[in-house]
Formats: sequence, structure tokens, C-alpha cells
Amino acid sequence: MSLNKKYWKSVEELDENSSIVKALQQNEFVEEIPVDKFLGDKETLETSSTSRRDFLKYVGFSTAAASLAACEGPIKKSIPYVVLPDEIIPGIANYYATTIADGFDFANILVKTREGRPIKIERNRLEQSFGSVNARVHASVLSLYDVNRLQTPLISNEPATWEDFDSALENKLNALKEEKIVLLTQTFASPSTSKLIKKFTSKYPNVSHVIYDTVSSSEALDAFQSKYGIRALADFDFSKAEVIVSVGADFLGDWQGGGFDSSYAKGRIPSEGKMSQHFQFEANMSLTGANSDIRIPTTPSQQKQVVKALTGGSTSGLPESVVAAISSAKAALQKAGDKGVIITGLPDVSAQSSILSYNESVSSVVMSAEKPKLIRKGNSREVTNVINDVINGTVKGLISVGVDPIYSFPNNLAFTEAYTRLVLTASFSFKKDATASLSQLVAATPHYLESWGDTQLKKGTFGLMQPTIKPLFDTRQFQDSLLKLLGVEKSYYDFIKETWKESILESASWNNALHDGVFLSDVEIDNDEITSGTEFISSNKSIDTSLQEGGIELTLYTKISMGDGQQANNPWLQEMPDPITRASWDNYLTVSAADASEMGLENKNVADGGLNGSYVNVSVGDVTIENIPVIIQPGQAKGSVGLALGYGKTASIQFEMQTGVNAYHLYNNFSSIQNVTVEKVDGEHEFACVQLHNTMMGRDIIRETSLEVFNTKDANTWNPVPVVSKDHKEISVNDPGADLWTSFDRTIGHHFNLSIDLNACTGCGACVIACHAENNVPVVGKKEVRKSRDMHWLRIDRYYSSEDTFESDLNKKEKANGLFGETGVKNTLISMEDASASPEVAFQPVMCQHCNHAPCETVCPVAATSHGRQGQNQMAYNRCVGTRYCANNCPYKVRRFNWFLYSENEEFDYHMNNDLGRMVLNPDVVVRSRGVMEKCSMCIQMTQKTILDAKNEGRAIKDGEFKTACSAACESGAMVFGDVNDHESEINKLSKDKRMYHLLEAVGTKPNVLYQAKVRNSKEV
Amino acid sequence: MKKMNYQNLSSKLSLLLLAFVLAFSTNILAQEKGDAIAGEALYKSNCAACHKLDKKGVGPALRNVAEKYERDWLYKWISNSQGLIKSGDSKAVALFAEYNNSVMTSFPGLSNNDIDNILAYTSLPKPEPKVAVAPTATSNNDDGNLQNIILAVLVLILLLLVTMFYLVAKSLTKLSQANGVEVKTPTKKPLWKVIVQNQFLMLVSAIMFLLVAAYFMYAFFMQIGIDQGYAPVQPIHYSHKIHAGANKIDCKYCHSSAVKSKHSGIPSLNVCMNCHKNIAEYNGEEDLANGYTKEFYTKEIAKLYEAVGWDDADQSYTGEEKPVKWIQIHNLPDFVYFNHSQHVNVAGVECQTCHGPVEEMEIMEQYSPLTMGWCIDCHRETNVDLKNNDYYEKIHEELSKKYNVDKLTAAELGGLECGKCHY
Repeated sequence: MSLNKKYWKSVEELDENSSIVKALQQNEFVEEIPVDKFLGDKETLETSSTSRRDFLKYVGFSTAAASLAACEGPIKKSIPYVVLPDEIIPGIANYYATTIADGFDFANILVKTREGRPIKIERNRLEQSFGSVNARVHASVLSLYDVNRLQTPLISNEPATWEDFDSALENKLNALKEEKIVLLTQTFASPSTSKLIKKFTSKYPNVSHVIYDTVSSSEALDAFQSKYGIRALADFDFSKAEVIVSVGADFLGDWQGGGFDSSYAKGRIPSEGKMSQHFQFEANMSLTGANSDIRIPTTPSQQKQVVKALTGGSTSGLPESVVAAISSAKAALQKAGDKGVIITGLPDVSAQSSILSYNESVSSVVMSAEKPKLIRKGNSREVTNVINDVINGTVKGLISVGVDPIYSFPNNLAFTEAYTRLVLTASFSFKKDATASLSQLVAATPHYLESWGDTQLKKGTFGLMQPTIKPLFDTRQFQDSLLKLLGVEKSYYDFIKETWKESILESASWNNALHDGVFLSDVEIDNDEITSGTEFISSNKSIDTSLQEGGIELTLYTKISMGDGQQANNPWLQEMPDPITRASWDNYLTVSAADASEMGLENKNVADGGLNGSYVNVSVGDVTIENIPVIIQPGQAKGSVGLALGYGKTASIQFEMQTGVNAYHLYNNFSSIQNVTVEKVDGEHEFACVQLHNTMMGRDIIRETSLEVFNTKDANTWNPVPVVSKDHKEISVNDPGADLWTSFDRTIGHHFNLSIDLNACTGCGACVIACHAENNVPVVGKKEVRKSRDMHWLRIDRYYSSEDTFESDLNKKEKANGLFGETGVKNTLISMEDASASPEVAFQPVMCQHCNHAPCETVCPVAATSHGRQGQNQMAYNRCVGTRYCANNCPYKVRRFNWFLYSENEEFDYHMNNDLGRMVLNPDVVVRSRGVMEKCSMCIQMTQKTILDAKNEGRAIKDGEFKTACSAACESGAMVFGDVNDHESEINKLSKDKRMYHLLEAVGTKPNVLYQAKVRNSKEV
Repeated sequence: MKKMNYQNLSSKLSLLLLAFVLAFSTNILAQEKGDAIAGEALYKSNCAACHKLDKKGVGPALRNVAEKYERDWLYKWISNSQGLIKSGDSKAVALFAEYNNSVMTSFPGLSNNDIDNILAYTSLPKPEPKVAVAPTATSNNDDGNLQNIILAVLVLILLLLVTMFYLVAKSLTKLSQANGVEVKTPTKKPLWKVIVQNQFLMLVSAIMFLLVAAYFMYAFFMQIGIDQGYAPVQPIHYSHKIHAGANKIDCKYCHSSAVKSKHSGIPSLNVCMNCHKNIAEYNGEEDLANGYTKEFYTKEIAKLYEAVGWDDADQSYTGEEKPVKWIQIHNLPDFVYFNHSQHVNVAGVECQTCHGPVEEMEIMEQYSPLTMGWCIDCHRETNVDLKNNDYYEKIHEELSKKYNVDKLTAAELGGLECGKCHY
């Protein structure tokens, strides 16, 4: 019987007449293999000069030659300067003070250069310096070396000379003298540029200057302008605040230009039993909301009502939980008196106005209107007029500077079409972006690190911008072009110097101001033309709280990594995980769990560990964005969704970095709040999310307590040292008897410790990028990140509570009884895997903990990782053979393996694959090769340099000299690094602080990274 | 009175005569007077920085300058040229203009006698250019000859011995044959067959062979990448022997960043020009055996001028720079961090400790193996000077209090830790 069995290989075989089956009976392949083509022609084979033997000879010879050549070292050339510039000593870094002012980020900074190349951005530590040196500013040095930059001016998309460009632009301007032309610029916050533009518009009176902020703060500006007469934004010093109530203002993110981390963090560190209390009413889970004490998810329309209620209106119609929060916020504000402050991010002039009035009425010390910030100037109404005028043809010419309207204007189909019909289209741009590629004239502008400039970021705080490298390409600053058009034979540098000598410096020295990069002066500068003021509305009654029926409320926001999207071609920023969702290389729609289950939207982890999400289409009016991936966001207000701006760029963006969708299409009227309809579509999106487990499962990875407990109870109750059992007796894990190893004497010489204050850490991620830049950390790309092969030496873990608070997580876990059953351990733990709908959030930066008793060191078969006397766990890359035992044995999972060669490899076509991008590499740190493990070195190159400098100068080291890249970048002061054996040092005090604990202390690894337990001021008044 | 007058007259005449004779003789002597040897020393210390004998420098060529100008004018000019120019002397003004208004240093310290000496030196006839002597093949190396003779004698003695033994053996055989003694030669197996057939011996020798082979293989592989003695041909033949040896220029004059930075640095060409602006020709010792003649070195200096864009005839920079592509001799791998200032400035290590007798090297070469073992050996042996640097004050105090140690090697202070050099 069995012999008769016939096995069918395919259905095709059932067809007796099938030619395929017949063909396969004889041949291996259905199609004829064209062997004859190259072997059949005997003649060719015989006449070929290369016989089989020759071939073998060649193979043999080349193999031998290759192996012989490998024995000889390559000849390296060394080319010294012909004339060495005075300020350069090869091998020693120079620092220059300058200012970034790209229209979105504004800050006084220091630039580290090596042999004339800028390689890193540092904070300007002068007290008077202004601005937030956030992740984007740190990453901006890489954008200088962007291969997709514009390298010459273009006329009709063809490379041209500057002479041709100038005459073409001038001819067009002269020809259009009677027509309306718009000069659409970013906010410069620059006295000299304003002066120049004024001169330009007086020479060409038909040109009107319109300032356009890609991400608008127009309503807040309108409110401030009508109240105080200057188009600016109020400044806030949150270190003075006792109570902060924020309604939809992501002030630790990019709200009104950001930069409040430092003052906020100062008020958050409990001292003398006090710290600020922070209420946050918001729809999306923002960085600010994650840091708040009491966070109430509220949709934007509810937020408007909250503003009304806080400033004296009624609470009718609001859910009970919100009403309760409002009343406790009000009580807290009342108690705080002038130390309370309300802020809002609502795009609503009346809401903004009523907040300003409130803060003034309680004479809040937190808000300052005397020295307002000048870093946003845009006016949405004027920009809307420009759009309409271009479309209806009243405007004949558009010159855009530093902005990309074709990319960032909402619903831009009609505008794009009208733009191509304009008589004059000129773009002053850093890249051939969407606008530039449609413009007749394109002026290549330099990066800010190649430019001269001046700024007044805040009233009275002037800054200078100086080039730190010669322009890499044939670029020219917009201001120099203006001077050419005005017929002034002077460089912009001379112009700035003149302006400063005339009206800013008074008797102070120009060189000093340039050296410091920042200069304080109370001189009044007639800054910008004040746009027509709106009447101030002090009443909160006019806040429009009406809600369109049936819609879901969308809040558009900017990510800390991508901002307004200017640096979309920057791989560091693309790969930086979002602090909240921990997803990189994407933007997505954040949806609440309740809405998601209603709409059938899913997030799931698939077999390879990656996170997948459903797709939706989102429409506003007749505009629809298709296939937006969805992330279910704990803490998202029900009935609201969120979407980040700045993604979906395609022009002049490398293929790998063309990520996400362009949310500007939904940015109607430049309002961040839109009513949308969301519709599920088929398909699953693959995210590159670096954290797949979102809760702590009731463990004390992040220790936290409330201010009340912190003030009243003994530290041992809320910050206990774990105990272990030895001989059936419980002993402290720090007891020598609990130790596997005998300790060395670590009291002499330097011993480095890094303290991370979880109260001060806002999760902003500046340290992540600073670490990238300092340590040549490679970018691996979306696919690899999805496989958890990200190379970040420093990650910022984000945990949600699975109950309403972390404390109740702990209680729930303790209450678990038995193994199975309703309250059994199994079910309890399973239920704790899911984050709460409105969770508490905590951030924890984790890098190598530099354990004194390091588990990684003992398992390395080749002793490639070992411990230094100064406390650093050292990694010798040249010794590593890549067994990865160490990574497996590391309880903190901080070791990173080079699965591939990430430099000079076509497969990883990021900055390390081109000569220009490699200029950013730090020459003091080696670029790791394939097959070796790497990890945080506690910036040993920096500590060694500090020590050597002291030795060279023959002096002791002062406290504060030792730094790591992350501690130097930390604006909030959360990271403090130093020598714990220096008994006067800050780190020594912190190591004895009652909030101090070690991560996974019970393991007994004795880490040199300390954490300061988080204290939450969540007790309601 | 009259007589007196006569006497006076005659004495006056004789004085006149004497004066005439003297003046004449000084005139004659002036050509030859002045000590050319003393003049040379003065010339080199005062004039050579700007003047050359046969070529324009910053100032004019000085050979036979005494014939071009009057002696008195020269005295004035040399002691205070600016004064002469200001006084409106036409020759002086013209000369000043000809040499781009470059001010000549005044030498009020030089006496007329000194100037005479210098002029005597400049008036020496130009030496005939030496014909480069081709290196002679016959080397007069006595030591070598002696050795050769000894060797020859030894060979001779050996030959003699061999012949003697042969003759003795021959005569012995003859003798024995004559006496009727039969000499039996035992039929022995050849030695190699014995060895081949002895398994134990074969095993031992195979093991020996493998061990020896492994030893040499190891030695061979270990020297890969070690370039001790690497002395590549450089684009400009730069002789450390002349600069650091003969002229005793301090290493750190050119390699100045060795004191401050991790790189000792190849000096930029403007450093060379500090001296070579005035040194266009080589006049030192020659090494004819290797073909290092004066002309050879002068040509190398010309290469420098070309690279830096210096027009020696015009004494000006042309602005056309051609950076020199030196070949790097000491190649540090990327994964090693080495800092010169740590060793040169902090530890006070002499350059020669690692780079060898550079002042004797005509062609620069890698003196040390530069292996990690070599680094570590030194770190193990070298004591750190804890006392003369305030940085070490605290650690020194604590160590001496706790462990009662006074001397520490670099290794004991953590100089062997991987992470100190590898990051």
C-alpha cells in the first residue's frame, strides 16, 4: 500500500498536461539556465587569453599579495600647517562663546573646537547667559556637517555665482517696484538685523516684512503686547514659585521657547522641608505633565474652562475629578499668595490675557513682565493674510528667510500652486527645502556656527554670534545679501560692530562682549516694528469654550527631539527616543486607552520584541493625513489625541530620515488645537521603541515618597537599605559580611561618583545627545533600534504607575496573597504590567553604574573590562573579543554591543559614513569597531584631562572641575559629578544625603552612580 | 731762534714726511689691515642675520663692500644708518629705498677698528667651489684588516691541520699494511638511518622541531606591526643631526606643543622660517660617503622655500603654499591615548628616553618598539616625583600617613589600568 502513495509537491502536478511538471521531471529549474551562453561557445573559451590555469595563478597571486601587504603597515602622511594660527595648539580644544538663534531655539552657548572644527556645544556658564541648551541645541553641531546642505546659490535650480544671484534679485526687485512683495522671515531677535531690514524696507517701500514662527506663540504675544505694549513673552522664574498651575503649557518642553528647566528644578529639590507644588491640566502626556505632582488629564475645551474657573469663573460642566483638582489648585494658589503662578499654553488670546491679569493681580514674583523674552515675534493673522494674498494674487513676490512655508503652511495645496505663479520667489535657506526647490532664486545661507550675528533674546540680555569655522561651502548670510542690495560696501560683521558701538556697548569693550558671548545692558533698542496691537481683553468671559459636536480634540505639539523640524536630517535627533513614549524615528497619534478600545486601535509587541501599532487617518475639514501610526498613551485625556509637528519632511532629507507624517497640514490658523475625525485603517506600523515594559511592577527601581513623609518620618522608613539573610540573620546589604569580595581601600586618591537627583531630572534628554557628541556614539537606524540594538550609553527610563500612584502599586503588590486566585501573586503581577489611564510618571537616567563590585568584570574571559582605582569601570575595546558575557551579567543592562561596523559602512549611511559628518567626531575618543562591547566610561577622557591640566599647572583640583558630558549638559543640576574623596565637595555631601540610594542596591554591586530619591509634593491642601 | 726755526722746519718736514709715509702705509695697510679672523667672528654675530657674502639677504651682499663705499661713509653707516639717512645723504637714502625701507640695526658699539676687521673679512676673495670628492671605494679600516688577517691565518692553520691528519692517517695505513695488520672498517649504518629507525629519537626531534618552529613563528608574528627602526624617506631631507646635534637647537623649540598637548606636533613651516629666512645655504660639515654635500643640503632648504612660498631672491613670500606631506614615523593606533605633556612636562622625561639619540640621527627613525609591554615596563620602574608638584600633595600626605610609603611608581599610582590609555 505504502508504495502506491503519491506525494504531491504542488497543485500543479494534478494537471497532467502541465508543461512545468514536465520540465521539472528532467531539470532542476523550470527556466532554462543559459549555461551555453558562456560555456557553449568553444571558440571564445579557447581564444580567451585567460586560461583556467591563469585564473588560478591570479587567484593565488592576489591572495599571497594581499596577505603580504597585510604585514606591512600602511604609510600615514602627516601634514602640518604651513603657518600655524596663533590660537591653535594641535590636540588642545578651544572654546568660543556664541549664540544660536535659528527661529525656534535661542540660547547663549559655548562651542568646543578642535584644530578649527566645532565638535561640541556646551552651556555658557556665565550667570547672565540666557536660554535653554536643550537636546536640539546640543545636536545642532552635527547639522553643520550635513551633507545635504546647500553648497552654492541657485538660480532656477542651477548652481550660480553670487554676482549673478545679486543682480537677478535686484533686477526683479526693481521690476516689481510698484507691486506688493512680502519678506517672510523667522524671528531673529537681532538688533542689527532689524535695523538692516528696516533700511531695506525703506529702500523698497513695497516690501512688507512679516515674521513667521513655524510653531506659533501668536496668541500669547498678542495678549502680552496689548497689555504691556511690546510684542514679547513674559518670563518666568519657577525657582521662586511655591505653587505652579499649568493649563496645557508644556513649559519643560517648548512652550514659549522653553528654557525653564533650570529654574523649575531649583524649586523642586526639597530644602528645609519645602518644595514647589505643580498642578498640570493637559490633554497629551507632556514632559511637564510627567514631572508634575498632580496631573489632571483634560481635553483642550475643558482646559479653557479650567482657565476660566481658576480666574474666577464657574466649574459647571466639568467632570468631578477636574472640579476637585481645580478647587485644590485654587486653595494652594491662595495659600501661596504672590508665590503662586498660573500659566497656559492655550492658543487663545483671552485665555492668555486672563492669565496675565491673574498673575499681575496677585503680583506674582514668578512672572516678570519688565524683562520679557523676545524670542518669538510671529503674528498668525499677518501670516494668514500673506497666504491669502499670495493665493488671490495681490502679492507678486515672496522672499522667505530661514522658514520653509511650502512645508509648514497648513493645507498648503492652493498656496503651493500660487507660489509657483509668483513673479519673484526667493528663498534664503540652509537647505534645498520644499520652498527652496520651488523658488526661482535660492541663496545658500551658512550654519549659525559659520555666521556673525547679534541677539537680544530677552530685554536687556544681548548676545553675539561669531563664526567658529570658515564657511564650509559657498554660502552667504542673509544680512550680507541685504547689505549688497542696499549698496553698502561693508560686511555684516562691520555692521554689527558699528551698531553695537553706537547703541549697545556704550563704554564697554567689544572684545569682552565677544569673549563672553553675552552682554547685559539696559539700553532701549527700537527693536521691531510693532504690529497693530489688539485690544486687551482682561475678562475671561470671552474664552471660547464651545466645542464642535462629535469631534475628537487634537493637540499638536513639538517633540523635545525634533522641535519644529528644522533639524530633521540630524540622525542624533532622529534616534533620540521621545522621553514619554520612548519611540524614536517617528511621529504618531497618541490616543487614550479608552478611545483606542472604542475605535479598535491596538498596540502590541510582536515576536521580535518590537512594538507594532494600528494606523488611522486623521482629518480636519477637507484635509486628511493618511496612515498615522497610533501609540496608546497612558494619561492622554479621553476624547483627545496628540500629534507631533516637525516630521514628514522629504526635501533634501536623506531617505532614512524621511520619517513620520507632516502634521503641519492640520495646523489650521496656526492653532495647536484642532477638531478632528479619526478613522481606523488597515495595516500595522512598526515602531522603534526602546522601552517595552512600562511599569516597575511595584519594585523600588525609582524610590519615591511624598513631601509629608519625607519631612516627618525617618529616612529608613522611606529609603531603607535592603537587607539580606546570612546565617538566618538579616544583615544590611552594605555589611562586609554580605559581600562576596574583599573591598579595596578606596579612600586615597580620586574616587568618582555621579549623583542623579530624580526630583530635578525632567527627562529632557540633553544629556543623551551630549553623550552622543562627546563619546562618538554611533547611530544605528530605525531597524536596529527596533531590535533593541540602540547604542545610547545613557538612556532615560520612564515608568508609569499601574495604579493611580506608585505608592498604591507597592501596596497592591504587598497585598498579593498566595500564588493563584483573584488576589494571588500571578494575577496581581499580570495586572500590574499595564499602566494606569492616568498614571504617575517618573524618569530615571541610567548609564553604566560603575559598580565597585561589578558583575561584568568577573565574567569577561579576556579581562577586557576591569576596574580603575578612581572608581571607573573601564572597557578596553582593543582587548574585547565580543563574547557579550558582560552584557548578560549586567543587572542594569547598560552595555551596548557593536553588532556591525557603524562607521564608513554604506549600510549605516549616517554622519559617520561621510567625510563631512565624521568631522564632528571627538578625536580623544576612539570609534569602536564591529564585534566589541562598549558602554559609558564616566567620560574618563574628561576626568583624565582635568587631572592632567592640574598636574601641568602643579596645583590641586578644585571641586566642580571634574565633569562628565552628561553632568556638564544637565541644566537642571540633576546630575552632579565629582571626587567623593574630596570631603569638601558637593558630591561628597550628596553621597551622604538621606535621599541617596543605589539602583538595585540589594544585588550588592556597590555602584558609583548615586540616585537621590524622588519626593512628590502631592498632598492636597 | 733761526736755528731753532730751521730745526723746527726740518722737524716739521720730517713730521710731514713721516705723516705722509704713515698715511700711505695706513692706506696700504687698510687694504690688508684689519684682522679677518676677528672680523669673521664679529660678522657672524652681528651681520650674518641679515647679510650674506655673495647673495642678497635682507640687506645687500657684503663681499668687497669696502671697495664700493668710502671707509668713512661705511663707519657712519654701520654705526648709525638711520642718522645717515635722516641727514639726507643721497647714497644712504638710495640704499634704504632699494632694500624696501628695512631698517638696519645701528651698531654704535662697534669701534672703527672692529668695522675694519669685519671689512677685512668681507674683502677676502671668494673661495673656489670645492669639487665634490667622490667617495673612495678603498676604506682604510684598520680594525677590519686586522680581523681579516686573523681570519686568514686561522683558515691556513685549519688547512694545515687537515693535511697533517690526512698525511698521518695515510702513513699509519701504509705502516700497518707494511706490518701485515689488516684494517677492518666496520660496516656501520649511516647515522641518519639510525636516527630514522629510532622512534624515540624521531619523536624527540619532531617535538624539538615543532617547538623551535613555534618559537620562530611566535617571534615572527609578534613583530608584525612593530616598526622599530622605521626610517622612511621624507619629502624633505631634514637632518636632526644638523639641527639638534651640530646646532644644539632644543627639541621643544620646534616641537613646542609637546609641553602642552598630547601631540608633540610636526612643526609648522613658519617655525622653520624663523631661522631659514636667513639660512639659505648649508655651510656645515659634509658627509661625502653618503652624498650629503653642501649642495645637497642647500637644495633641501630650497624645497622648504618652495613649500612655504618664500622667494629667496626677492626675500618675500609669494603666498603659494604647498604643505609638506611628511611621512609619519611614530604611528599610535587609534585605540591608544598618549599624551606628550604628561610625560615631558609633568614627569620630566627627556625626549631621548623614548626617541633615542635623535641628535645623532641623520635620518629620523623609530627608536623604541612602542609596544604596550615597552610602555608598561617603564611605568613599572619609574618613580613618580610626588614632592615637586602640588597636585600630588594630598595623595602623598595621605599615603605616607596611612601606609608609610614615600616612593611610588607610575604603575602603583594607576599607570597600568587599561582605561588610562584605552578609551
